[in-house]
Amino acid sequence: MLRDQDRVFTNLYGQDDWRLRAALGRGVWDGTKGMIALGRDGIVQVIKDSELRGRGGAGFPAGLKWSFMPKESDGRPRYLIVNADESEPGTCKDREILRNDPHRLLEGCLVAGFAMGASACYIYVRGEFYREAERLSQAIEEAYEAGLIGKDACKSGYDYDIHVHRGAGAYICGEETALLESLEGKKGQPRLKPPFPAAMGLYGCPSTINNVETIAVAPEILRRGAAWWAGLGRPKNTGTKIFSLSGHVERPCTVEAVMGIPLKELIETHAGGVRGGWDNLLAVIPGGSSVPLLPKSICDSVLMDFDSLREVKSGLGTAAVIVMDKSTDVVAAIANLSHFYMHESCGQCTPCREGTGWMWRVMTRMVEGRAGVAEIDSLLDVTYQVEGHTICALGDAAAWPIQGLIRHFRPELERRIIDYKTSGAPAGASQAGASQAAAE
Amino acid sequence: MPKLTIDGKEIEVPGGLTVLQACELAGVEIPRFCYHERLSVAGNCRMCLVEMGQAPKPIASCAMPAGDGMVIRTDTPVVKKARQGVMEFLLINHPLDCPICDQGGECDLQDQAMAFGVDHSRYQENKRAVPEKYMGPLIKTIMTRCIHCTRCIRFATEIAGVEEMGALNRGGHVEITTLEKAIDSELSGNLIDVCPVGALTSRPYAFTARSWELRKTNSVDALDAVGSNIRVDARGREVMRVLPRLHEDVNEEWISDKTRYACDGLARQRLDRPYLRKDGRLRPVSWDEAFRAIAARLDGLDGGKIAALAGDLCDAESMLALKDLMAALGSPHLDCRQDGAKIGAKIGGAGPRAGYLFNTTIAGIERADAALLVGTNPRHEATLVNARLRKRFLMGGFRVGLIGAPCDLSYPVDTLGAGPETLSELAAGTGAFAEVLTAAERPMIVLGMAALARPDGAAVLHLARALAEKFGMIGEDWNGFNLLHGAAARVGGLDLGFLPGDGGRDRDGILDGVHGGDIEVVYLLGADEIDMARLGPNAQEGAFVIYQGHHGDAGAHRADVILPGAAYTEKNGTYVNTEGRVQLGRLAVSPPGEARADWTILRALSEVVGQRLPYDDLGALRQRLVAVNPVFAAVDRVEAAPWGEFGEQGKLDGAPFGVAVENYYMTDPISRASETMASCAEVFGSGRAGEATGTDG
Repeated sequence: MLRDQDRVFTNLYGQDDWRLRAALGRGVWDGTKGMIALGRDGIVQVIKDSELRGRGGAGFPAGLKWSFMPKESDGRPRYLIVNADESEPGTCKDREILRNDPHRLLEGCLVAGFAMGASACYIYVRGEFYREAERLSQAIEEAYEAGLIGKDACKSGYDYDIHVHRGAGAYICGEETALLESLEGKKGQPRLKPPFPAAMGLYGCPSTINNVETIAVAPEILRRGAAWWAGLGRPKNTGTKIFSLSGHVERPCTVEAVMGIPLKELIETHAGGVRGGWDNLLAVIPGGSSVPLLPKSICDSVLMDFDSLREVKSGLGTAAVIVMDKSTDVVAAIANLSHFYMHESCGQCTPCREGTGWMWRVMTRMVEGRAGVAEIDSLLDVTYQVEGHTICALGDAAAWPIQGLIRHFRPELERRIIDYKTSGAPAGASQAGASQAAAE
Repeated sequence: MPKLTIDGKEIEVPGGLTVLQACELAGVEIPRFCYHERLSVAGNCRMCLVEMGQAPKPIASCAMPAGDGMVIRTDTPVVKKARQGVMEFLLINHPLDCPICDQGGECDLQDQAMAFGVDHSRYQENKRAVPEKYMGPLIKTIMTRCIHCTRCIRFATEIAGVEEMGALNRGGHVEITTLEKAIDSELSGNLIDVCPVGALTSRPYAFTARSWELRKTNSVDALDAVGSNIRVDARGREVMRVLPRLHEDVNEEWISDKTRYACDGLARQRLDRPYLRKDGRLRPVSWDEAFRAIAARLDGLDGGKIAALAGDLCDAESMLALKDLMAALGSPHLDCRQDGAKIGAKIGGAGPRAGYLFNTTIAGIERADAALLVGTNPRHEATLVNARLRKRFLMGGFRVGLIGAPCDLSYPVDTLGAGPETLSELAAGTGAFAEVLTAAERPMIVLGMAALARPDGAAVLHLARALAEKFGMIGEDWNGFNLLHGAAARVGGLDLGFLPGDGGRDRDGILDGVHGGDIEVVYLLGADEIDMARLGPNAQEGAFVIYQGHHGDAGAHRADVILPGAAYTEKNGTYVNTEGRVQLGRLAVSPPGEARADWTILRALSEVVGQRLPYDDLGALRQRLVAVNPVFAAVDRVEAAPWGEFGEQGKLDGAPFGVAVENYYMTDPISRASETMASCAEVFGSGRAGEATGTDG
């Protein structure tokens, strides 16, 4: 259980005011000048020591990422880009930070930007987050007025600007290189890597793209020390994490908890448990729509961190826990996600452009059972043909939910196909009870 | 020099290559659709995936820089599976209408599906259909076939310099689209070549032939002075289409739209038998009768009363035969500059060759660092030269100044002024652009025919020469002085001295001579661009006009005798391009009807008029050609021409430089006879390119 004094986001629910005055009261912008005094390498070292991993989904070590920025300037400006294009279905953590604790993010922007020698920071806010962008802009104004950013930010002698850019509502623009394209005013399509953004990013200049949460926790780590952060959670999966719990739970919520909390504890403590009791659980998608789902048998014991979930062939992703009870038509649920990925595929590269549509079309038939049993394997094969063959990870994200479904619910798919063959009618969600049998 | 291991074989490759290029050097074929060596890397088709060392996923070889110590495998099950997977994806929404597709037989998708695909698809859903797009009279779209490689977008944006193509929508709904108007570029036909599938095909060629029925002949283009290398595809006696052929130093792998599409003009308005004007009307006659009519007119006529003009499409052999015939008849009045350009003005010779060549060479443009264009619109006069200028611009650090009529060249140009006075100011070292030229290490000047085909042309040429020397354009290994010709025959004609001899008259002298009665017979060898009115209304009140050519154009309308010749696809002929590059055009189809190769007509005529020319076959004529000027022996070799004095100091006219090519699509008898060029002229000339219904495909 996360102790209250270890919480980073002390205004996650907006019970306190979001403005600068209240934020100062919560300890934000406290000793920022001192952090900058640590110097670039000092800050990066603290973040490395804390073993902070990126909160955007991939879990890449943040300190390492910052250290990729060139040490010596070649005359090009450098940029920190904060990815606030939170669009992963099920995820609503960055939104709460933008809404209720924007100054924490801004402070992070300054220290992280300083650590990588950036002269400016762009915060790319999801287009639908209209009020959030508004509030963030006001917070930036406050920070400029208070001299916290801008010329001689926090009286550290460092000049630093922060800009807000609103997206136009495309999921793909949350992919870091597509975000750069979008920020440059182009069509949001991922770029080929290499060159990596640290070498050629925004406008061809060295850039680092980080998630809102990653940036927002950085000042707190610097304030309290790497050891504090590293002491939370498990090795390599340290610190606190904001989880978004949704679906068939009693009280859906966004909550900050310690990394590595057992999934069952997370659901039962913070969300009031699964609707109808733990035994009514069918499956959980533990990290936002992109990761493979987990059946109840795994949910019983799995820990919520990057490595534990990887061991069970899923992932922590954005830590958006989507809970499905036994009333769920799990095939239709995954088909729904397939539709989402088909809709959001940028269409640039072949496997994703063609594969997402193909997978969705087969999935719609699978929902009814209007398919052949052999098609399950051919569908699985198609997912492997997409996975790992695309420019960005959207192809993987489209493939994984289906792989998870087939891995854990193949008997359910087969049952629907056989039912359809014998009765000639589409299978309905009413036979959800069988889903459970399939899961166990 | 990174050293990598490709399929177990070590290879050292030059730096800066991609893995795909390294694989090619190692002799390993990598399938690809989106990758094109002259376009930027898109990496979107995913066909070129290979395995790299310990990388967890296969990598796109087209986008990965080859690095030292890389271990690449292209023959593993993972790679094979990846290729099959991508191939399957590409085909699920492809209509597979190969039997009715014009790309069939020369389609990358077909070939690679055979080589890297599997024999069946597991896709059971409905296929996508995509509405057609309007791209003008040259390009037909069948967008359902599109595989979204974006080569066309990149070609239009990068090479052609027109940002008129793009991709709309997302995911499976992506559509390559235009602005619903014709692509406003003279290079648009190349979109068809870069398209790896049948999405963009040639509209005029649609459904006319299958590629395997065509007889392919390597030749050179004669419709402008670039000398683009082409392949002429013919079926039976008809030229079905013209395609580019790779020549890095001339046209790379592009050709202009006129080169590609004017070929339907070869089948129209042809002179396929001799004609003789009797009682004011042209009547078909036999060769013998036509020759005898000429002989009768020449009989007893003083050689000084005969003159000859050569047109823009002539091969060097026929011009030499005519020159020799004129010499035998005792006439010094001949000229190959039917536009009246004041070049090669030395009496009895052409003057130093550097004075009329594009000395920098087309490929050499890439080494230049500043250019001054004078009285020229290279986009219309020599499209591929303009493409090279744009390529140089894209490399960066290249300023272009223009003196003449303002025009859109697809790259930024500083318009400095309109006429010779600006040139004089610049030559005197005033103006901002003088500093650009001074600062440049290898500056170049390009003089168009609009600057030279005017009364003060020789003075402009002289001034330009002085300017070139002043700004250090002439150096040991750099010659930045260039004439940009528009006529394929021009440099050849100058090289062999198809110019006024001792006491001879030039074009204006000849035409004035007709008016004054000093010239009685004019031999027009494919010369259609002169003012025919100056030849008088008929043989009685003007000159007796012999027209030898292939199209019923201006010259034939005025002619008293018509001798039907061969077009550039119908004869073996030598052409010298604006760089001075000697190239051989080859016979792809026979001339129509009774028409004959031009030099054979002159050889036959010489016998009838009693001045038998001493060559009986093409070999002998070509030997004579080399004897006249040894440059003709150096086929496809460009050697630096010696610098010298040329031009004439004189008074400059105040008039601004005009425009050499008024209508790009109609510059010569062939393009004027072409229906395709006519529709282009209509669409682009009238500014109606925006009018598209979208349903008229």
